Order: sequence, then structure tokens, then C-alpha cells
Amino acid sequence: MSSPVAPATDPVRFLRRLGEILPPARVLAGPAQLAAYESDGLTAFRTAPLAVAVPETQAEVIALVRLCQAEKIPFVARGSGTSLSGGSTPVAGGLVITLNRLNRILRVDPAQRVAVVEPGVINTAVTLAVASYGLHYAPDPSSQSICTIGGNVAFNSGGAHCLKYGMTSNHVLGLKAVLATGEVVEFGGASREQLGPDWCGLFVGNEGLFGIALEITLQLLPRAEVFHTVLAGYRTLEQAGDAVSAIIASGLLPGAIEIMDALALEAASAAVHAEYPPGCEAVLIVELEGPREVVASQRPQLDALIAASGPVEARPARDATERAAIWKGRKSAFSAVGRLSPDFIVQDGVVPRRRLGEALRRIAEMSRADGIRCANVFHAGDGNLHPLILYNGTEPGALERAEMLAGKILHMCVEMGGSITGEHGVGLEKRDYLAEMFNADELDCLHRLHHAFDPLGLANPGKMFPDGTAPALAQHGLHPLEKAGLISRE
Amino acid sequence: MNAPLTPTTLAELADAVRSVPRVLAIGAHTKPRLCAVAPEVTLISTLGLSGITEYQPDEFTFTALAGTSLREIASTLEARGQYLPFDPYLIEAGATLGGTLAAGLSGPGRFRFGGVRDFILGVRFVDGAGRLVRLGGKVVKNAAGFDIPKFFVGSLGRFGVFGELTFKVFPRPAATLTLRLPVTDANAATQILTAAAGARWEIDALDFLPTADAIALRLAGPAAALPLLATEILTRFPGEILSAASADALWADLRELRWTFADGPLLKLALTPSQLPALAATVRNHAGKLHVTAGGNAALVSLPAPIVSLGLPALTLRGPGPLWLDAPTSPAIVAAVKTALDPYNRFPSLAA
Ligand SMILES: Cc1cc2nc3c(=O)[nH]c(=O)nc-3n(C[C@H](O)[C@H](O)[C@@H](O)COP(=O)(O)OP(=O)(O)OC[C@H]3O[C@@H](n4cnc5c(N)ncnc54)[C@H](O)[C@@H]3O)c2cc1C
Ligand SMILES: Cc1cc2nc3c(=O)[nH]c(=O)nc-3n(C[C@H](O)[C@H](O)[C@H](O)COP(=O)(O)OP(=O)(O)OC[C@H]3O[C@@H](n4cnc5c(N)ncnc54)[C@H](O)[C@@H]3O)c2cc1C
Repeated sequence: MSSPVAPATDPVRFLRRLGEILPPARVLAGPAQLAAYESDGLTAFRTAPLAVAVPETQAEVIALVRLCQAEKIPFVARGSGTSLSGGSTPVAGGLVITLNRLNRILRVDPAQRVAVVEPGVINTAVTLAVASYGLHYAPDPSSQSICTIGGNVAFNSGGAHCLKYGMTSNHVLGLKAVLATGEVVEFGGASREQLGPDWCGLFVGNEGLFGIALEITLQLLPRAEVFHTVLAGYRTLEQAGDAVSAIIASGLLPGAIEIMDALALEAASAAVHAEYPPGCEAVLIVELEGPREVVASQRPQLDALIAASGPVEARPARDATERAAIWKGRKSAFSAVGRLSPDFIVQDGVVPRRRLGEALRRIAEMSRADGIRCANVFHAGDGNLHPLILYNGTEPGALERAEMLAGKILHMCVEMGGSITGEHGVGLEKRDYLAEMFNADELDCLHRLHHAFDPLGLANPGKMFPDGTAPALAQHGLHPLEKAGLISRE
Repeated sequence: MNAPLTPTTLAELADAVRSVPRVLAIGAHTKPRLCAVAPEVTLISTLGLSGITEYQPDEFTFTALAGTSLREIASTLEARGQYLPFDPYLIEAGATLGGTLAAGLSGPGRFRFGGVRDFILGVRFVDGAGRLVRLGGKVVKNAAGFDIPKFFVGSLGRFGVFGELTFKVFPRPAATLTLRLPVTDANAATQILTAAAGARWEIDALDFLPTADAIALRLAGPAAALPLLATEILTRFPGEILSAASADALWADLRELRWTFADGPLLKLALTPSQLPALAATVRNHAGKLHVTAGGNAALVSLPAPIVSLGLPALTLRGPGPLWLDAPTSPAIVAAVKTALDPYNRFPSLAA
């Protein structure tokens, strides 16, 4: 039921009708033009689509989806293509609908503290547009200066501040979307409350499988007045982990609790010229935020907890510049690792927080045993790990070995009672692991829901669901996408 | 109506759903209108499914059976210095965890960190095909699969019967302080709600009281900081700091809906602060009472007699009258999702 991609009726007719919706300059179909869209942040997967459509208005997006529906052509919505799970990888023979030009901030209501935006608006552009009102948009993925709100909605993206503020879905109040069926729906609105089932909550995190978000109402929060950001270096990862436990047990609710390991520190210090305490296996970043009176009274408590946790050195940021430097180092970590290795896979597993130390030990052991380097950057407060598995794609078999290690890590996360993804989504990359988290009945329930939104399986087919898991799929004799040539790997 | 079924295990819950053609789950029946259905519908009481099955304070999560009373949950969390920040209603009246998710009601504390939707993590439920499935996760962060647990917020038992739920919790603030800010009318109230919500104070709760003459503003955090914040707030909006006892009484009365008419409809509305003055006028014209919470984003309206319209969509929680007032028409996807989760149409429709 999940991804029964109907065969394209007639690509030539489809392209002709596409030309009736968009001018030629906004339909990309030549090999050179398509090359830029062949993959996303997970570059190991590459597929050339039939064409890329560049709509500029919501009406054009709706017309495109309805055309795909009429012609039974699969489509993939695309924001900035920073997905790390292959979520925006095109489908062979399908249309890519790129949403970057739907980048208008339609309305900012400072009194109600909401912004209504189109899906191609860049995450940081929202905060920029509302900063003069003393407001900000809380979800802050490390990719926030390039990724789009549409992509954030599709993946329910997180960031460093999820512990206190939650993920994207906690900040989406309303949505207008064109569903895969062509139906245009509006869920929620400007109120922070709702009546009836939470349709917005269901839509967020759909990984592009339900349809395309056209307009998103975001809740804004008053910008925290002051911050107290501490960077502490530890001899061992365990010590850093113990410090996290002590902070959690203290009753404090920091805005963020992050850890970077030695390899990630090496990369970050080279990339942004940050100087970290020497000889440390781990650096912990903890941030308190709030009204100055509140932070002033919590600050000694945090400082005492950190002092008692035996750091090599603890450095509180003395001003906004030092705070920004701490976060720059942290947020650049993924791209910085690119300096250490030609290729890498970013993993996104979650484990119960109290088992973080054990998880990190096991990852280190597995990485040693497989002879594959693995850097760790993680949202320690949430138990959300981001092991970066380094490999050289030009070495035969290296990608496969890296993926095997990634698989072992995911398996471990599930076994520990966690999840295969905290914020990057299942996408293409982890679809084979969905069945480790959910049994056949549970997968069937997800498939049914998917089928309700997309009976023809046209919206981003081949993502999230492992092929062949749905009994209905097997009965209908549908082929796995890879076999059908819809997705290929290089 | 048949006698309610009373399963005591999750397997029995699934059996119960399969055993009858038409069913609806109920908890403590604190929101009778939401449970009122046609006579051929068999009720399943979840009161035999009670107890906290897992609680890890250092994970900020707990898992409990659907019939567990909020009273038990609140006291268990409190003993470990934690709480459900969305302030669920009717704790003393015996409301259950499952009923709270299905009713989608969040109390005044939802202002700061969000409502039920922002704390639900996972649900084990029986779908309309009678299968016990678990979706969502047991950890604070999980993006695998569609977010069905969130969808269930406000689903009124019409899409599945919950057996077990996992929620996120937060550390309980060390202290609270409540200010009472008198206002002359709903316009003045709206102005304070809007100005205070955008300010730097990290307010915990911000309500326009049913007495219609004051805003209640609650601060929560370290004891030393709160009086300093309160002093500044009172220079902007005249008012007083309530004693701990009167503050407790004020919030408990709101939580247990003691301000409402005993008979007559109790309705829930979603709104924005700018809609408040018009709503307040309508309610006054019908001799009703109004509690506006979440900084002007949600309202409970108690009326002496049924009416047909408040000018905004509303859900009847208690008392006579239709389940929905002024409900927008449902897009086709609503019926498609109902069929997906309830293929044999075992659960009543959301419309009734
Ligand atoms: C004064 C006051 C009056 C209220 N009146 C109402 C009211 O009349 N109606 C109302 O809905 N809320 C009302 N509420 C809110 C409600 O009490 C709480 O939100 C809630 O926790 C109800 O829990 P319960 O166990 O009493 O649910 P119930 O009242 O038994 O059920 C509420 C809804 O949840 C569904 N439900 C219950 N358990 C499950 C389950 N395990 N799986 C799936 N669905 C389930 C029921 O079908 C029903 O639609 C009121 C709150 C207050 C403060
Ligand atoms: C360096 C780096 C750091 C990152 N850090 C984080 C992080 O801290 N936290 C985090 O959560 N993620 C992170 N990511 C992952 C990624 O940035 C997010 O998943 C982001 O939300 C993707 O946005 P995008 O605009 O690039 O979307 P794309 O990659 O273009 O698309 C992502 C998915 O969304 C769908 N989609 C896009 N737009 C729409 C729409 N309008 N309607 C429906 N579906 C749509 C696509 O089909 C696809 O499935 C990081 C990525 C990189 C490269």
C-alpha cells in the first residue's frame, strides 16, 4: 500500500502539459540542469528525475500536484536539499518540485506572536524577520541558515534547543497543504489551541509522503533575555555524560545540553579556529536562558554542578560574542568533519538518556572493531546521537562497510529502547530499519494512513517504508523500488 | 445501552474492541458529552486499566495505562520533583490519562511549554480492526513513522482506543507566584494578555478569569527571582500578589471547573486574543461565563442554556446541545483517515 508507483502513463505528454503550467525557463529537463538535483545531503544516493519544476506561486504548486495525479507521475517536494536521510532524493521518472521560490513571509503578527510563511522560507529568515519585535522562531537545526521551513515541517526537524522547546511540530500551529490527491486542506490556525484531532501534528514529520505544505503558521516566542552558556572539557566521555545526568537530576531545565567528542572537536577547531580545552575526550555545552533574574539565581547552581563534575576546564561565555563562538563551533561540526574525511554518514539514533555513556562506549568499540573512524556530536539532553561515520567513497566497499556500521548503531538504539531517528527522518537511508521499531501490525497501520493521504503512492515514493513490509504490497505484487530502477545508488 | 465492558489487561482491551460492532472508550466520564453516543454503541471503561508502568525521572518520561487517574500521576511525579506542565483539568474529579489525551484539554500551564500535544510521546492503542499497536516512542525525541500520538490529541476516542500512553515531563519549578491584575473589560484584558505574552518574563500561566474583572498571571521558577519579576510587572499593570493559599484556591477552582453552571453546556473554543472582546460580549449576552486561558488562545464557556452559535467553532464538553457548534466542514481526508484507522466503522463519528 505504501508506494505503489503507478507507471508513468506518458512522459512526453506529461512534459507537454507541464509546459502549460510553467514557462520553459522554469522547467529543468536537460542532464546538466538535473545534475544539481540528483541527490541531497546524503550524497551516496543519486537518481536523475524526469524533470525539475520551479513554481513561484501556491497555485502553480497545486496545478503541478494535480497534473502528477492525473498523469500518475511521482513527485518529490524539495526545499534546500539538505536532508541527511535521502528524503529529497528524486524518483527516477518523476518530477522534482522545488519550492525555494515560494519564499515569502506572508504575515507577521507580533501581538499574536505568529508568522505565516511559504515553505521555501529559510529557517533563520523567520527569526530575522521578527527579531525587531523581540521574538524568535525556536527550532534551530544546525543547517538553519540554508534549510527551508517546508523541509523542517516534512522532517519535524529539531536542533540544539529541543530539550526545552521541542521540535518543529511543537511550533507549527497551522498549515495549508496540497495533498497527494490534489485536495487542498487547511489545518489549525493562528491559535495555540485547537479543537478536534491534531491534523497539523499528524502532517508534520510526514517526510513528504502526504503532499506539499504551501503555507505554514509558526508560533514565535519572546527571545530569551539573557543566556548563560558554559563550555566544559572533560578527560573522558563518561565524565561528560555524568555531568549531564547531574544537571538533569538537579531540576534545572537548560535550553540546550550538547556534547562533542575528540574527533568532532578536532574537526570543529580546524574549521572555525575554535580553541577547546586541550587533552579532552569530550566537550559539554550547557546553556541556561531566561529573564536575567531567573538566570542569575540558577547560574551558581549550574556552575557548582559543573565544578563538581571534574572538568579539565569550564569556560562560561562572558558575552554574546563568546556565546556565538561556542555555538558556531557546535553547529559547524557536521560540515567540519568533511575536512577529516572525503565522505561521511551522519547517524541520528536516540537512546534513553541514562544509557548515553553505554551507547557511546559501544559505538567506540564497534568503530574500533570495524576499523572505521566515527566522530560523535550529540544532543545529550535528548539522548539523540549523531555519530559521523567517516569513509572514503572512492575505496571499493567503503560505503557498504560504513553503512553496515551505521546499521549496527541503529540496531543498538532500538535494542536500548530508543529510536532509529530523532530528527533527520527515515528517508531512504533508514527505511530498512523501520521494521526494527514497528511490528507488522504497526507498519500496516502506518501504511493505511499513508494510503489515505496518497492512494496512488505518488508523493515521495520509496521513502520511509521498507519495501515489501506491507502485506497489501506483497499481495499486489509490487516491486521494490530499487529493483524497479526508481532508485539507484552509486 | 449495553453495560460497559471492563477490560483489565491490554489483551482484554483488544478483545473488547473486537467483541462488539460499535464501541467507544470512556475514562472517568468527567466529560460526559464527549462520551454520549447512540444506544447501540457499547462503552469500554478503561478504569480497570490503571497504573504507571514505567517512570524514569532522569529520562523526563513516564508510561501509564490509559485508565490511570491524573491524581495518581500528578502525585507520583510530584514526589520526584516533576510535573505535567500543561495542567490537565479535573484532576480531583478523577479524570484519566486516556480521557485527557482524547479530550485534548490543556489547562492554564499550557501557556509556557505547550499543551497535551507538546508532551505526548507514544501511544499503545487498539485500532478499529482490533489490533493492539504501539506508535510513537518512549524516548523524548523520536521521528520514526507518522506522528499518530499527536493526531490523537482531541480525537475524542473516535479513531482508536488508547491502552497505554507515554508522556514527557519536566522538572517542577521551585516556586510559583500569582498576580491578580484587575481589568475593567475584555478590551483591557486583551491588551494585557497580548503585552504580557510578548514580554521578557517567561510567564507560566496567563488567564482572564470567569469573574471577568481580572487577569491571573502566574510566574514559576526559582523562588528568589519571582518577586523581582512581579515587582516589574506590577509597575506596568497595576494589581496585587496573591497569597499562596488564595493562589492555590484560584487555580484549583479553575482546574476543577468550579466556576461553571452545574447544568447547561460547557464549551471549549480555540481563539486568538484579538477575538476575545467579541466572544466576551456574546457570552455576556447569553448570561454565560467565560474562562480564557493560554494567554487568550483557549476558552471554556459555561452557559445557562443551550445556544446555536458563539461566532466561533466550539466543542461541547458537558451538558446538552450538539457536540460541535459552527464546525467547519471536513475535507475529504478526514473520512479517509477515519477509514484507515477504523475500517469497520466501529467507533462513532467525530461529528456526533
Ligand atoms: C469542569 C470540567 C468539565 C469537563 N467537562 C468535560 C466534559 O463534559 N467532556 C469532556 O470531554 N471533557 C470535559 N472536561 C475535560 C476532561 O475532564 C478531561 O480533559 C479529561 O481528562 C477527561 O478524562 P476522563 O477520564 O474523565 O474522560 P471521559 O470524560 O471519560 O472521556 C473523554 C473523552 O475521551 C475519550 N476517551 C476516554 N478514554 C479513552 C481511551 N482510553 N481511549 C480513547 N478515547 C478515550 C472518550 O471517548 C471521550 O470522548 C472537563 C473538564 C472540566 C475541568
Ligand atoms: C550540515 C547539516 C546540518 C544539519 N543539522 C540538522 C539538525 O541540527 N537538526 C535536524 O533536524 N536536521 C539537520 N539537518 C538535516 C536537514 O537540514 C533537515 O532535515 C532540514 O529540515 C531539511 O530541509 P531542506 O529545506 O533542505 O529540505 P529537503 O532536504 O529539500 O527536503 C527534506 C524532505 O522534506 C520534503 N519537503 C521539502 N519541502 C516540502 C514541502 N514544502 N512540503 C512537503 N514536503 C517537503 C522533501 O520531499 C524531503 O522528504 C542537517 C543537515 C545538514 C546538511
